[in-house]
Amino acid sequence: MSLHSGRRAQAARNGAGAAAESSADNHPQVLVKNLRVVAGSPGTPSVLVNDVSFAIARGEVLALIGESGSGKTTVALSLMGHTRAGCRISGGSIEVCGTDVLSLRPREILEHRRRRVAYIAQSAAAAFNPARRIMDQVIETTMIRRLMTGSAAREKAVTLFRSLALPDPQHIGARYPHQLSGGQLQRLLAAMALMSDPELVILDEPTTALDVTTQIEVLRAFKRVIGERRATALYVAHDLAVVAQIADRVVVLNSGQVRESGPTMQVLGAPRDAYTRTLLSAVARRVAQSVAQEPVVATSGASSRPPGEDNRRQLLLAVEGLTAGYGKANDQGLPSSLALLDISLAVRRGAALGVIGESGSGKSTLARVLAGIMAPARGTIRLQGELLEPRMERRSREQLRRIQIVFQHADAALNPAHTVAHILGRPLKLYFGLRGAARDERIAHLLDVVHLDRSIAARRPPELSGGQKQRVNLARALAAQPDLILCDEVTSALDAVVGAAILDLLAELRRELGLSYVLITHDVGAVRAICDEVAVLYAGQTVETGPLQRLDAANCHPYTRLLVSSVPELRSDWLEGVASASPGPAMPATASSKDLCRFLPRCPVRIEGRCDQQPPPLNRTQQGAQILCHQPANRR
Amino acid sequence: MRVTLQLILKRMAAAALTLLLVSIIIFTITSLLPGDAAQAALGQNATAAAVAALRARLGLDQPVLWRYLHWLGGLLTGHPGYSYSNGLPVSAIISKRLPQSLLLAAATTVVSVPFALTLGILAAMYRGSWLDRALSTTTLAMVAVPEFLVATAGVLIFAVKLQWLSALTFVLDHPTPLEFLRSYALPVLSLCFVVTAQMARMTRAAVIDQLSQPYAEMAALKGVGSARVVLTHALPNAVGPIANAIALSLSYLLGGTIIVETIFDYPGLARLMVDAVSYRDMPLLQACAMIFLAAYLGLVLIADICAIVSNPKLRRP
Repeated sequence: MSLHSGRRAQAARNGAGAAAESSADNHPQVLVKNLRVVAGSPGTPSVLVNDVSFAIARGEVLALIGESGSGKTTVALSLMGHTRAGCRISGGSIEVCGTDVLSLRPREILEHRRRRVAYIAQSAAAAFNPARRIMDQVIETTMIRRLMTGSAAREKAVTLFRSLALPDPQHIGARYPHQLSGGQLQRLLAAMALMSDPELVILDEPTTALDVTTQIEVLRAFKRVIGERRATALYVAHDLAVVAQIADRVVVLNSGQVRESGPTMQVLGAPRDAYTRTLLSAVARRVAQSVAQEPVVATSGASSRPPGEDNRRQLLLAVEGLTAGYGKANDQGLPSSLALLDISLAVRRGAALGVIGESGSGKSTLARVLAGIMAPARGTIRLQGELLEPRMERRSREQLRRIQIVFQHADAALNPAHTVAHILGRPLKLYFGLRGAARDERIAHLLDVVHLDRSIAARRPPELSGGQKQRVNLARALAAQPDLILCDEVTSALDAVVGAAILDLLAELRRELGLSYVLITHDVGAVRAICDEVAVLYAGQTVETGPLQRLDAANCHPYTRLLVSSVPELRSDWLEGVASASPGPAMPATASSKDLCRFLPRCPVRIEGRCDQQPPPLNRTQQGAQILCHQPANRR
Repeated sequence: MRVTLQLILKRMAAAALTLLLVSIIIFTITSLLPGDAAQAALGQNATAAAVAALRARLGLDQPVLWRYLHWLGGLLTGHPGYSYSNGLPVSAIISKRLPQSLLLAAATTVVSVPFALTLGILAAMYRGSWLDRALSTTTLAMVAVPEFLVATAGVLIFAVKLQWLSALTFVLDHPTPLEFLRSYALPVLSLCFVVTAQMARMTRAAVIDQLSQPYAEMAALKGVGSARVVLTHALPNAVGPIANAIALSLSYLLGGTIIVETIFDYPGLARLMVDAVSYRDMPLLQACAMIFLAAYLGLVLIADICAIVSNPKLRRP
C-alpha cells in the first residue's frame, strides 16, 4: 500500500514538472547533445555514434535517416536508456521531457520507458511474444503501473485498435501473433506503444518489413494517430519517400555522424550534403518516371513486333500452365494450398522479365519451381524448346549450367567457411573442368566483371560488406556462363545506394554478355531499372504480362495500378493523394473459387454479378500484353 | 483444440509403436545371448536329459515367434512369466521392487526439478555475472564428479563423521517424516547431484536463447523489469526445450541408479536387473528392460505434450 501511494506521489510530482515545462513551450521535448556510443574494449573502442546532436520540439516529428550501420537505431535506443549488448554510451547528454536519461538508475529507467517514451520496432512479427495473447502484451505495462483496472485497460486498448483501423477491434486482442498479418501486427505494436500516452514515440523503421500496399495503410494510421495526439515522435527510417510523408524535420546520419539536418522539404528538396544527394538519387530511380529503356540487345525488343517465326526461335524460357502449391495432393493431383495458378511466361534471349508481387503472391515459389527445387503439380518449363525435368536432380548438367539462380540473402547462399576463390572455383571445375592457373585466371576475370578487387579472392564472406557479398553471389552464377539468371529479390536485403549499384551491374552484364534475367521482386523500382518485360503476380495468378510500359499504361490491371501507385513518392502530399487500397484478404485458394479473379475482394472496379461469378477473361492488347480482367480497357 | 488432440494422439500412437518395436528387439537380443538358462541353472555336471527336461518346462524348446507372442501376451496381461532362478512370478518380484524405485525417483524429482529450474533461471537472469559463472562452474563440476564419489563422500561425512544420517537405506513400512528423511537423504542427494546439473544447464540455455529474441528486447523497452521478462516472456516460450531436458534427466532415475542402489544397499529395480543379467534370468531381465523403456517413452511423451500445449502455433493454428 505504501508503495502504491509513493508511486502516486511521484506521479503527481512529475505531472507538476511537466506542467511547469509546458509553460516554457520553447524548451524542446528531446535534447541530444554530442552523443557518443562506442562498442568493443575500452582500449580500442569502435565508434558507432559520434558527436550527434539534435532537438525535437513538442508535437514535432523528427526523422532520423540513414542506411544500415549509420547508427540510427543506436541513437533511437539511447533515448530509452538502452544500448545493445557490447555497446555503451561514452559521452554527451540526452534529455527527454526534462529528464537526464543518462543519469537514471535502473529502476528509474524502467519507469522512464513505462511513462514517457514508447518504442515501435521494425518487425512487429518478432517484437510480439509468440506465446502470449496480443491483449496481454498490449496492456502489460499499464497493469504493471496499476494505473487502471484490467477491464479499463482493455477498453482503452480497444479504442486504440479502432483508431488504428484494425479489423474487429473488440476481439483482435484475444489472438496470438501468428494468427495476424504483418500490417496488423505493426499497428497493434503502435497501439501497445500508445497505451501509456507517452510524451515521445520512437518509430524504428515501422513499415520497412511491409508490402507497399500495406505500408500505405499503416502509414496513414500512424500519421492520423500522431496528428490527433499531437505526439512528439522520432521516426527512424532509410526510406526518404516515407519520411517525406510523415516528418516535419530530418536529420541525415551516416557512419554515426550527422551529415545534414533541417526541415523535411528543405533537406529533400535542396540537399546541401553530397551524401544526402546520393540517397535521393537512389530513391528517385524507383519512382514512376517513364524509363525509356532502349532495347539493350537487338532481340529484346521483339515483344513489340508481331509474333512470328523469327521470334519463336529466340524464345529462351517458355513456361506454360504452371500450377504448384504446398500440402497434400487431392484426387486431381492438385496440392491443398495453391501458390501458383496456371502461370505462363516467356523470356526471349537477351531479355529481362520482371516478376512483381507482394508477399504471398507466389513469387518465391515461382523461383523454386523454375530452378527445379520444387516440382510443379501441372505445367511445363522449356529451355529453348527443350522440355526441362520438373526436378533439378533429373535435369542434365548442361541444363543446370544454363539456368543459374541468385538468392536474396548472399549471407545464406555463400558458405562462410570458404574463400571467395573456392566459391567461384567450384562451378568452374564442375562445368568446365578448370583447374590451377586457368581457374585462377578465370576467377580473377569474374571478379573484374562484377567490379570487385582481385584481392577479394583470398577472403571469406564474413569479411565482406553486404554489397560485396551480393557481387560474389552474382559472380558465382556468372561462373557457369549461364543463358538465364533467376534473380530472387537480389536487392531487397541491401541499402538503397548499394542496391542501386547492383542493379546497374545487372544492366551492364546484360548489355555485355547478352544474358537473360528473370527478376523476381516486390520492388517496382528494381523492375523499372533493368527489365523490359513485366509480369504482375497476385495471389498466385499472373494478372498482367507485357512490356515494361504496361506499369504506367492507362488500361493496366487494377492491381498493377494499386501496386505502382503504392510506391511512395518524395512529394509530401503523396500519402493524401494516393488511392486507398480497400483492405481485405485475398480469396482463399480453394478448388471452388480457384477460377475466379483472386483480386476480387480488393478490387475498386469490380463488377458485381460478373466478377464473383465467372472467371476473368484474358484480354490481349496489340502490344502483346495480356490482362486478366472483366472490365473493358477504358474502365479499368 | 481438435488439432492439438490429434497431434497428441499421434504422439501417443508413435510411442506405443516404439514400445512394440523395442519389445521385439529386447526379446531378440535376449534370445541371442550366449548360454542357456537351463544349462546355467543346473550347472556343468547336469545330464543332458535333465537339461532337456528343464528346457521343456521353461518353454525354451518352443519356436521363437511363439515364445515372443506368448511373452508379449503375458506382458500385456501383467504376467511376464516366471523367474528362471527362483521360479517366482516375475510380476511378484517386480512389484516388490518397483514401488521402492518409484519412491526414490519421486523423492529425487521433487527435490531436483524445482532446484534445477531455479538455478537455471537465476543463471539466465544474471547471465555473465559472478553468480552465473559460479553456477556454471558448480554445475559443470557436478556433472563431472562420478556419483560413487559423491555417495561415498556423503556417507563419510554425514554418516560416519557426523552420524546424522544412516549409511544404508532401510526401507521401513510406515516411516515417520524424520525417519524417511534420515533414510533417504543420502541417496536422494547423490542422485540430485547427477540430474540437477544437466537440467539447470539446459534451462539456462533455453531461457537465454529466448532472451536473445527481439520480443524480449521489446519487453525491456516497454519498461518490463528483467525478472518479469524472464518469467512471463522468456519462460513460456522455453517450456518445450526445458520439459525435454527434464524428461531426459529424469529417465535416468529408474535404470541408471545402479551405483547409488549398490552403495546404499537399496532394493531398487536397477540392481534387480543387474542381478537378472548375471543369473541369465531372461524373463526378469526382459520385464525390467520393458519397464525402463516404457518409463523413458512416457517421460518423453509428457515432455512432447508439454511442448505442444505450450506452443500456440500448434495449439491454435
